[in-house]
Amino acid sequence: MGEKVLMKGNEAIAEAAIAAGCRHFFGYPITPQTEVAAYMSKRMPKIDGVYLQAESEVASINMVLGAGAAGVRVMTSTSSPGVSLMAEGISYLAGSDVPCLIVNVQRGGPGLGGIQPSQADYHQATKSTAHGDFHILVFAPSTVQETVDMISTAFDLGDKYRMPAMVLSDGMLGQMMEPVVLPEPREPDNDSKDWAACGHGGKRKHNVVNSLYINPQDLEDLVVARYKRYEEIKENHQMAEEYLTDDAEIIIVAYGSSSRVSRSAIDAARKQGIKVGMIRPITLWPFPEKFIEKHIDHTKVFLSVEMSMGQMVDDVRLVVNGKVPVEFYGRTGGIIPTPKEVLEQIVKLNGGVQ
Amino acid sequence: MTVKGERPHALTDAPFHYCPGCTHGIVHRLVAEVIDELGVEDRAVGIASVGCSVFTYNYFNCDMVQAPHGRAPAVATGVKRARPDNVVFTYQGDGDLAAIGMGETVHAAARGENIVAIFINNAIYGMTGGQMAPTTLPGQVTQTSPYGRDVKSAGNPIRVCELLSSLDGVALAERVTVDSVKNVRAAKKAIKKAFEYQMAGKGYCIVEVVSTCPTNWGMTPVDALQWMRDNMIPYYPLGVYKDVGEGEQ
Amino acid sequence: MSDLNILFTGFGGQGILFTGKVMAYAALMEGKELSWLPSYGPEMRGGTASCSVCISDNTIGSPLVVNPDVLVAMNLPSLEKYENDVVPGGTIIVDSSIVHKDVTRTDVKVVRIDASRIAEENGLKGAANMVILGRLFKETGFCTAENLDLGLQKSIPAKKANLLDNNRKAISLGIES
Repeated sequence: MGEKVLMKGNEAIAEAAIAAGCRHFFGYPITPQTEVAAYMSKRMPKIDGVYLQAESEVASINMVLGAGAAGVRVMTSTSSPGVSLMAEGISYLAGSDVPCLIVNVQRGGPGLGGIQPSQADYHQATKSTAHGDFHILVFAPSTVQETVDMISTAFDLGDKYRMPAMVLSDGMLGQMMEPVVLPEPREPDNDSKDWAACGHGGKRKHNVVNSLYINPQDLEDLVVARYKRYEEIKENHQMAEEYLTDDAEIIIVAYGSSSRVSRSAIDAARKQGIKVGMIRPITLWPFPEKFIEKHIDHTKVFLSVEMSMGQMVDDVRLVVNGKVPVEFYGRTGGIIPTPKEVLEQIVKLNGGVQ
Repeated sequence: MTVKGERPHALTDAPFHYCPGCTHGIVHRLVAEVIDELGVEDRAVGIASVGCSVFTYNYFNCDMVQAPHGRAPAVATGVKRARPDNVVFTYQGDGDLAAIGMGETVHAAARGENIVAIFINNAIYGMTGGQMAPTTLPGQVTQTSPYGRDVKSAGNPIRVCELLSSLDGVALAERVTVDSVKNVRAAKKAIKKAFEYQMAGKGYCIVEVVSTCPTNWGMTPVDALQWMRDNMIPYYPLGVYKDVGEGEQ
Repeated sequence: MSDLNILFTGFGGQGILFTGKVMAYAALMEGKELSWLPSYGPEMRGGTASCSVCISDNTIGSPLVVNPDVLVAMNLPSLEKYENDVVPGGTIIVDSSIVHKDVTRTDVKVVRIDASRIAEENGLKGAANMVILGRLFKETGFCTAENLDLGLQKSIPAKKANLLDNNRKAISLGIES
């Protein structure tokens, strides 16, 4: 293991990707993720990598499609409005079974919205990224160290299941610095994908990377096969952290930045003797249903805390399925809820001031 | 028995789905012959675009990627940057290249991206059934310009080679057609030069092929060729609009 | 000390973020958990800047300091904006060369330090932030003197190593103030 250094979340994303053997980055500037691109533009030329500033997010994601189709480890990073522009390309990546990494350092929306931290792209990331039946892997780090560790996992699982992976960060996690230990760098592995379109070399039939199936039955068969893969992922790759859940009567569900605020609120509530804990989803797709299911019997209420008007709460409700109440607290538009606000919600759910 | 002509190796055995009289078949063959002659099938990667030519991935024997509508230059950029030794070409129609994909086209060209664009200009959207294209001529009747293209409201056609020839990143911009043996030969020469320029690292090359669409123009193939000569060629004159030359840059 | 939450505030260009960074690195050298969170966006270009630093023996929850144990105010708008957020019993450090208004809170410790003047008189124009950091160190003892110096070294890129001595001097002046 290397030395503990201080790094901004965004720069850590870039360095972690390089350590994971990524040598291809295509992007377009947008606040608050620009440090990722800036860092890549500095590093890539020195390690024989490719950094290219595209003319738009539309072009970036299609360059990612091209490089991914050619079989190399490739990524882009952007912030919320940029993901909207990438939607088409992400659908094609998913429909062509091309892995890649997309980083979304979320900011407030809709529209141009704002530039402060937000979690209002949960639905976009996990459900409605673009047209068609498909999923992408979605990871939600809550510390800079976890961001670093997750980048590697996201690349690897993306390759394993041949699908795009997204790391859903936000302006706070991207801009903040924390101590981090970078992983041992891995050599790029750009030549092991036998399906890639990179020249058949006279050794095999031509490879076609494609998402068009004009015969409905062919398309249905393919989508169904893909969904079987999704089921396997749901079975094997749900990830979450539990914090003081064993005896919890109130369980907060929160990810990323809002989970950190919630953690502070939980610590304060525990000091008042309130039995509150937290399930912190680390994968948002697959949603960590198993972690929630096992607590339904002993928990009186779930509280989803988000930096949005309430998006993940829908998934919590689907899992809880009406067995106990599921409440919501959130701030939006770039406002980060304070631990005090969350504590007030906890106290209220606990039956008011003791 | 002597063999006078063979299907190029770079074409698969799949029968083309194109309408009778469509010139896609000729252009496909020319591209395949060039790939054969240069001996690059094993390292060629073609980018299929959206439009009638979307199924090119079934027809070329080299590796193929199918791109979203208009994004072929960006996808080609990704392939080429990842695999500089690959010979990368896009095959795009006028709607794909000059309408929805104009941004990607201009920027790939401006970057001097080392790719070849084979551009089929037949002044109409074929796949969707004959709508107005960015290259539809003034007054031309299409499904979405039923009274003839009114430039006052629908705007003017775009001359792509002229437009791109102003960009420093462009190595070759040449307009050809395939209505006669002589012109077919000239077209092949242009396509071959474009591939050779890419292999020499000269930059973005575009070969615009002025073409027909007998089906959506509502004409016989022969009439369509004549209409093209009478109407399209005057608006889109054949010729070399930019050529950096064979020598070192 | 188990938790220390500091909010550095002032104009963009006063070195607010850098001050936080030195403190964060010093805490890292001290083996503490920590976080450093800047304000960002257009406000950074000449408007108000702020920087949250959390130092703890335990995992850091919210890195955004809403109720600081220590508020450093290097201009008047910042003092006015954040004064009431300081925890009772906390500390407010103001650069009294720039902020001429008194702190109205009576339940906090107020440290007025003539940081900009001290820096300027010692030929260290622009290092008022380090003078204040020296004083903050003296007030809180958030790390050892050795680790503070290591934190400073870590925060200055190799290319700008010539700035190290001036910053050291400014920190000493703050400690002596």
